[in-house]
Amino acid sequence: MNDTVSTATSAKPRHTAPPPVERVAALRWMRENLFNSPINSMITVILVLALVFALPDFVQWALFQSVWTGDHEACRAATGACWAVVGEKHRPMLFGVYPFEEHWRLILALIVYLSVIAATLTPAFWKIKILVPMWVLNLAISLTLMWGGVFGLKPIETSQWGGLPLTMVLFTGTVVFGSPLAVLLALGRRSHLPGIKSVCVVLIESLRGVPLITILFVAVNVFPLFLPEGLELDKLLRVMAGMAIFFACYQAEVIRGGLQAVPRGQIEAAEALGLSYWQLMRRIVLPQALRICLPGLVNHIIAAFKNTSFVLIIGLFDILTATTAVMEDPVWRIFFVEAYLFVAVIYFCFCFALSKYSQLVERWLSEGRRF
Amino acid sequence: MAEPQDTAPPATDSPKGDTSILNSMAFRGVAYQVLLAVFVVLGGLYLYINVNANLERQGIATGWGFITENAGFDIGESPIPYDSEDSYGFALWIGVLNTLRVAFVGIILATILGVFMGIARTSRNWLLSKVASIYVEVCRNVPVVLHVLFWATVVRFLPHPKQAISPFEGAYLMNRGVIFPIPNEHPAYVWVGLAFVLGVIGAVVLGRWAQRRREATGQYIPTFWYGCAIVVGMPLAAWLVQGAPLTWNVPELKGFNFQGGLAMSPEYAALVVGVTVYTAAFIAEIVRAGIQSVPHGQIEAARALGLRPGFIMRYVTMPQALRVIVPPTASQYLSLTKNSSLGVLIGYPDLVNVGNTTLNQTGQAVEAIAIMMIVYLSISLTISTFMNVYNKLVAIKER
Repeated sequence: MNDTVSTATSAKPRHTAPPPVERVAALRWMRENLFNSPINSMITVILVLALVFALPDFVQWALFQSVWTGDHEACRAATGACWAVVGEKHRPMLFGVYPFEEHWRLILALIVYLSVIAATLTPAFWKIKILVPMWVLNLAISLTLMWGGVFGLKPIETSQWGGLPLTMVLFTGTVVFGSPLAVLLALGRRSHLPGIKSVCVVLIESLRGVPLITILFVAVNVFPLFLPEGLELDKLLRVMAGMAIFFACYQAEVIRGGLQAVPRGQIEAAEALGLSYWQLMRRIVLPQALRICLPGLVNHIIAAFKNTSFVLIIGLFDILTATTAVMEDPVWRIFFVEAYLFVAVIYFCFCFALSKYSQLVERWLSEGRRF
Repeated sequence: MAEPQDTAPPATDSPKGDTSILNSMAFRGVAYQVLLAVFVVLGGLYLYINVNANLERQGIATGWGFITENAGFDIGESPIPYDSEDSYGFALWIGVLNTLRVAFVGIILATILGVFMGIARTSRNWLLSKVASIYVEVCRNVPVVLHVLFWATVVRFLPHPKQAISPFEGAYLMNRGVIFPIPNEHPAYVWVGLAFVLGVIGAVVLGRWAQRRREATGQYIPTFWYGCAIVVGMPLAAWLVQGAPLTWNVPELKGFNFQGGLAMSPEYAALVVGVTVYTAAFIAEIVRAGIQSVPHGQIEAARALGLRPGFIMRYVTMPQALRVIVPPTASQYLSLTKNSSLGVLIGYPDLVNVGNTTLNQTGQAVEAIAIMMIVYLSISLTISTFMNVYNKLVAIKER
């Protein structure tokens, strides 16, 4: 508390001359931040009263009266939250219908995967020579662990993949396949060739105008009809392709915004130097454009992570589908609040961390260019 | 992809003219476009042939004939009468109406909640701004699917009608939905509505007149408050003149369920609450960014000129903030409308739900999904057209 008090007061000094009269900094802080006008005082009182009424009950429910271990009967006997449902059901919630005795493979894959993500977010690793091999290795290890069939691992069909690893697979596939497509669509939309521009505009605008669900329906119901007889494509792959194209259309619009913000003189200078179109884009325009639209890019990457939950409708077992299926259990189903909160916390941690991280990167990037 | 050429003339041909035509920008541009066109046409043809072959093999009919056929399934709720004898086309129309019902109410509620939370986040009251930012961060970072699913399950576990929760007199929450009291219909209300419309017109006329007067004489009239007085006062007066008729249609428990009042199905309530709470968090962020985008110096300058706070809000802050707020808010409205398709998840008969049933019954996936896409595309285009017009109105006129 002292920390926030001192930063809050030091951040915005209101008057420079006299030192604070009050001996207690907290009192001064309260006067400035909670009771700085009659209306604000009233709002503060109302909010404090509401918190006083609600908070103790909530704490009682969530902590003191709650059940952390035990079976459903212990939960029914208690008046508080039943966190035991997470302990009891976390395996099927996190890993879906993947064979129980093989779960260690998924845990290992998740550890590898998450550490690579953590490394990717660290500036020390921001070199193509490190990033590309690292990701290739990461995908190879994670997918081998999940698929099996080699090194004496039991082969597991993708239809049995589930839970958090499936969410991660969908998310990764969407971003990895979607991002290059997004760049191409954005460039195409800015192209001066009417034929290419119109194809890109129609694709982007029509896919942005429909819900993701309809695209998933296309991937599941219509796409198989596109293929010649005898040829089949894995459902997971089809869904991933649909999500990647959907993601690319939104991301393309963000990138287009960035492209428009690159000063015209930069392009003219590069053309005067005789750079070809692709050299111009790769070396001059895109690095600046992507830097400008970074916040938007991260927003849509976060959205892509949240959008993986739409697969619930078409019956792929991501973490939300798995949880919903688990909560059909008649013995445990009344404790759905706790189960959904658990899943919500997982989504929240990932998305919140990513958005905080993007703010950090924005600060890093703006440090070198104070003008 | 292509090699779009920024400078118009094809300047790459060398003076000697010995370079190949392949190096000509103009030629390449045409070539790329022809290639793309050929690819699109041939690809489309190939897919079309495959689809037809596959459908024939599976014995699935094609074409739009099914639209006039008997649907044969019931729809849980519909704003206009429907029964299973009606056609597929009519069933899909009910789906469209149900989607619009969610989108319309959701957009209004999300705007109210979002603007309130956005202003609360910029409040100088530390507690209020913290409460608002916790709301925004929590709701924004959890998928909308989870929101909708959560509320649907909450509604499912509400008590039976006999033990319904009553937040205030006459309103009930239960596992059959939410039910409110509404005023009984009365012929006087037509006049009240008419008075309201007249009041709005009057307020607009007053605003125009006051602005002209201000520009001519420099005298300021607080048109906002007068306008509010007219908009509220006219219907009130009309209502009082006709003897202030007011009786409530209060829901009553009869047997196992409630009769009367305005009822919302549990699915509808869950879907509206879910998409509203989610979208409002985004709108709150947009509103906050809009308010904070107005440089503080502008407000200080306006104060130094001696302008009143209301005037500053109306003529300095709002025009600049709205310019930032309107375009992203429009896309939030669009995404709310599209997210209302989550009705299929919780059994609310929206367009996707009805379309999905149609798809399963007829097997005509291509046509059913095409209908859904076309309808959503039209809704999206309509909303974005309206918002573009509004955006033109609020955009700052430059030169």
